[in-house]
Amino acid sequence: MPKAGSGLSLDGDRIPMWLVLELTYRCPLHCAWCNNPLDFDNYRNELSTEEWKRVLREARAMGSLQLGFSGGEPLLREDLEELVGEADGLGFYTNLITSGIGLSRERLQVLKAKGLKQIQLSLQSSDRAITDSLVGAKAFDAKLAAAREIKRHGFPMVLNVPICRQNIEQTEEILKLAEEIGVDYLEFANIQYYNWALLNRSEFLPTREQIAMAEAAVARTRARLGKKMTIYFVIPDYFDERPKACMNGWGAIHLTIAPDGSALPCQEARVIPGLEFPSVRDAPLAWIWHESPVFNEFRGDSWMKEPCRSCPEKEQDFGGCRCQAYLLTGNAANTDPVCAKSPQHHLVVDAVAEAVAPGRRHRPIVMRRRDSINTAFMGCGG
Amino acid sequence: MTENSTVAAGDVPQLNPLYLLRWEEPQQAHVMLYPEGVVKLNETAAAILLLCDGQRTAADIVADLNSRYTDADVSAGVYRFLETSHAKGWIRIKS
Ligand SMILES: C[S@@+](CC[C@H](N)C(=O)[O-])C[C@H]1O[C@@H](n2cnc3c(N)ncnc32)[C@H](O)[C@@H]1O
Ligand code: SF4
Ligand code: SF4
Repeated sequence: MPKAGSGLSLDGDRIPMWLVLELTYRCPLHCAWCNNPLDFDNYRNELSTEEWKRVLREARAMGSLQLGFSGGEPLLREDLEELVGEADGLGFYTNLITSGIGLSRERLQVLKAKGLKQIQLSLQSSDRAITDSLVGAKAFDAKLAAAREIKRHGFPMVLNVPICRQNIEQTEEILKLAEEIGVDYLEFANIQYYNWALLNRSEFLPTREQIAMAEAAVARTRARLGKKMTIYFVIPDYFDERPKACMNGWGAIHLTIAPDGSALPCQEARVIPGLEFPSVRDAPLAWIWHESPVFNEFRGDSWMKEPCRSCPEKEQDFGGCRCQAYLLTGNAANTDPVCAKSPQHHLVVDAVAEAVAPGRRHRPIVMRRRDSINTAFMGCGG
Repeated sequence: MTENSTVAAGDVPQLNPLYLLRWEEPQQAHVMLYPEGVVKLNETAAAILLLCDGQRTAADIVADLNSRYTDADVSAGVYRFLETSHAKGWIRIKS
């Protein structure tokens, strides 16, 4: 995903530079912040190998360059290696985004031979018990073994640590572990509150004090390690006065294809009701990207309302995140309520206050499982 | 981040192995690809980085470019760019 400080200097050519293929939503883990849809189990009609290859060719012809294979767990697709080979042959910079479960030495060797350029591994804690309880399975040892194998095979490695109240105080130990593994990029990804994460928001939001401590630990490590390891630490947008420049703007550089072939301007876009996401099964990708109503819905700034419309900062943040605007205010064209100028900013302030209120009643954490919640009312995904 | 990023004539710059530098037809430009991003390079930047091969010294790079761009001495610009590239982690100085 495009990150703040990613040095992404490609101008408004309106090319889907950043392509993410969510190969499957199947996954052996049950992370309670997972940004996959709540009805992930309704997406079993996955694209075939040939269909994915056609997507790759069409996207590359449009100028797509950075490619993430994600999910769910992309390693559950047995054609992953074949797709990596196809993508590399087409000239993509290929990135595997994985939990590490199932990443054997044999598969790494083949992936390397097929031209995979980098691997992003998610890890939740430096502590075995905390990791395993956060992902709902025995995963820590497998993840650590995968991390070491990734480095042994000479891949550039990003370690993604989704940050929440339960692990933020281990920042120092996680930094040490990452350094010891030889991680190239360590990304403290503050949990973004969509889908499963939103269900569990009150249990995951860290406190301001925790964030300040974690930032201090990051600063100390940066000073000590210099360029050896690049560390990203973005404070959660709920604690900011300005929204994130989500996706660099809707339909600007980012394109996600869901397991069933639905084309999405961002992974979360299906949370906004009333939008119809065309499938690569039914329409050429170039039409979907350039012409389809949904990709033009929030493109540019003509859709904006006040306060964004007349705000000088709209070129920098594009009014924030459409999905967050919808989820919190009920209207996707509203200003992202993370912005202090939003008339609904109090929703975010209140959520933070509620999460840390003394004597608050804790809710049980809802793990990402098929039967955790009733999604019958949601209709069929895609 | 930017500790000690001066580049001397005898230094041998080398592209950071995490970065992939190559021509990108749809952009009609050289791009640098790396785990967290893409940088589109202008012609001069690309010309300099393509010479950061771990063999040539900074002085060699200047001489090479001076022989190609004859209208002005590129020296100051090249050193400045190498220093920026070093600070950004795009190149390393081989020791
Ligand atoms: C959805 S996962 C899919 C790939 C693979 N299963 C994994 O966990 O790496 C992709 C990345 O998103 C991160 N992630 C998941 N939910 C998130 C959320 N709500 N906010 C921020 N990052 C999240 C994960 O840590 C992982 O690095
Ligand atoms: S974030 Fe966790 S549950 Fe979601 S896809 Fe990745 S490993 Fe699976
Ligand atoms: S009002 Fe809109 S454009 Fe202005 S800073 Fe807030 S979100 Fe950005």
